[in-house]
Amino acid sequence: MSAAESAALSEPAAGDAESVARRRRLNPNLIIGALLVGLVVVLALVSFVWTPYDPTHVDAEARLAGYTADHWLGTDKFGRDVLSQLMVGARTTLFVGVVAVGVAALLGTPLGMLAGMASSGWVRELIMRGSDLLLAFPALLLAIMFGAVFGASTLTAMIAIGIATVPTFARIARSRTLQVMQTEYVMAARAAGRSRRAIAWRHVLPNIAGLLIVQASVSFAIAVLAEAALSFLGFGTAPPTPSWGRMLQEAQELLAVAPRLALWPGLGIAVAVLGFNLLGDGLRDRFDPQLDDRR
Amino acid sequence: MLRRTGIFLVSLALASILVFAFMTVLPGDPAQVALGVNAEPEAVARLQERFGTDRPLPVRYVDWVSGLLTADFGVSYVTQAAIGPQIVDRFLVTLWLVATATALALLLAVPVGVVAAVRHQRPTGAALSGLSQVGIAVPSFLAGMLLIALFAVHWRLLPAGGWTPPVEDPGRFVRGLILPAVSLGIVQAAVLTRYVRSAVLDVLREDYLRTARAKGMGPYLALIRHGLRNAALPVVTVLGLQLATLLIGAVVVERVFVLPGLGSLLLDGVANRDLLLVQGVVMVLVLAVLVVNYVVDVLYVVIDPRLRRGT
Repeated sequence: MSAAESAALSEPAAGDAESVARRRRLNPNLIIGALLVGLVVVLALVSFVWTPYDPTHVDAEARLAGYTADHWLGTDKFGRDVLSQLMVGARTTLFVGVVAVGVAALLGTPLGMLAGMASSGWVRELIMRGSDLLLAFPALLLAIMFGAVFGASTLTAMIAIGIATVPTFARIARSRTLQVMQTEYVMAARAAGRSRRAIAWRHVLPNIAGLLIVQASVSFAIAVLAEAALSFLGFGTAPPTPSWGRMLQEAQELLAVAPRLALWPGLGIAVAVLGFNLLGDGLRDRFDPQLDDRR
Repeated sequence: MLRRTGIFLVSLALASILVFAFMTVLPGDPAQVALGVNAEPEAVARLQERFGTDRPLPVRYVDWVSGLLTADFGVSYVTQAAIGPQIVDRFLVTLWLVATATALALLLAVPVGVVAAVRHQRPTGAALSGLSQVGIAVPSFLAGMLLIALFAVHWRLLPAGGWTPPVEDPGRFVRGLILPAVSLGIVQAAVLTRYVRSAVLDVLREDYLRTARAKGMGPYLALIRHGLRNAALPVVTVLGLQLATLLIGAVVVERVFVLPGLGSLLLDGVANRDLLLVQGVVMVLVLAVLVVNYVVDVLYVVIDPRLRRGT
């Protein structure tokens, strides 16, 4: 590692006070991202205690109603309330994202750390080659394979998206672990005879956690997109549970009659993805010291 | 180069074992599935013999893989039709879609990304970055639906879907390809723009570029003369990774525009529980991803001669 890189990893010196201040200051990405994500989270949380209607309630009288006082965002072809579906759909979106990213982080992080710390080159090579191989199976393809063999459901979609994201976490955890392993405090800990497990737990994990949180946010955005695409194709959440992707699929045949049916779930997906992406960017500005002199 | 080729071939072999194991071993015997749980054992055995599923797994794997080398994907257990010709037919449609979308994405992303980088401290740059962020947040199938609503339903300018082979009617072929390619390409362009921008930003800070500017070159000329080759490396990597996403994204866009591509074949296969067909399509898609990654690896060395040592 070059001198500049190790300097960037160590604690900032007094001369870096300005960059520290800049990092502490809230940046617009972080604020807008947090607001958009917050909006989706609030929508989902409120849906647990209140929705205007039962989102699965079919009201033949009110089919394809426009924006009315009774139905703020109108109704779909079965007379179901769009706002209620949208709110419960937010829940589905977040649930899938949390489980998928959780699976990816819980499997990928230890594997990546192991690949960065293991003394055996054989183990390192095995993990990284395995993760390269997994990259050849994108989330959507894996989910379709899972759906073909086990039957499509929210569960298969979440797990497939999660497994497909494991390599991303493994790679980031590994490259950062390699850097941390070169620092003086890790050298000192090793010289003092600390076990590898203790070093991993006390020194490596806290130092790579920031970047992993950034990655979690970005991966969340990708998971939202994947879930939407899968539900759109009929490989995700099964009816009648509302999901944004399936709302879009149902809206497609009515594009000429009621384009607003595609507008709202589409907006929901875009807001969630944009929010998590911006949040990730904002957090990266805060957590990644190497970006300091770049902005 | 030899090492990279070796890695590619080993990955390919491992991927084929994975696909075979997942699609053939996990779901159970197709003869049993076709006849149901209450079927006579003799009937199942007869069907197994016809399908060739009575043979040991390694034999079936070798049979399947050696067939792949000659584009022979076996015969469907469900429709009794040969799978190879269907895949080849459909692959062409997907290839047209992906190639056009990639070209569109590059044509859009490179200039926009360069401008966003050169003007990164001005409103134009910020606006372009913001726009690309929004573009990333729109799934390609949503973009497709919006384009259909505008160009096909509202203005009636372009067809909402369907496919005409280029030899049959080139005009209709092009008109039919525009909307799907734009929906797939525009989202990719948004992703690429961000990488082009950050790669160009990195290059702009280099000493050689400052020297070129000091000699009186304008920012764009200096970039074209000295910067683009250096900025190309990270962009090529991302383009390679994105091609995988693009190929899979095509599955969804094909569904929106009713295109008879590999994606629709895959989805039809799943719907009919035609697992051998699904297995074949999955293998082709994985193969395409691996080939693209391999080509990117090779391109890397072509673009940056410094990497030639030790390959």
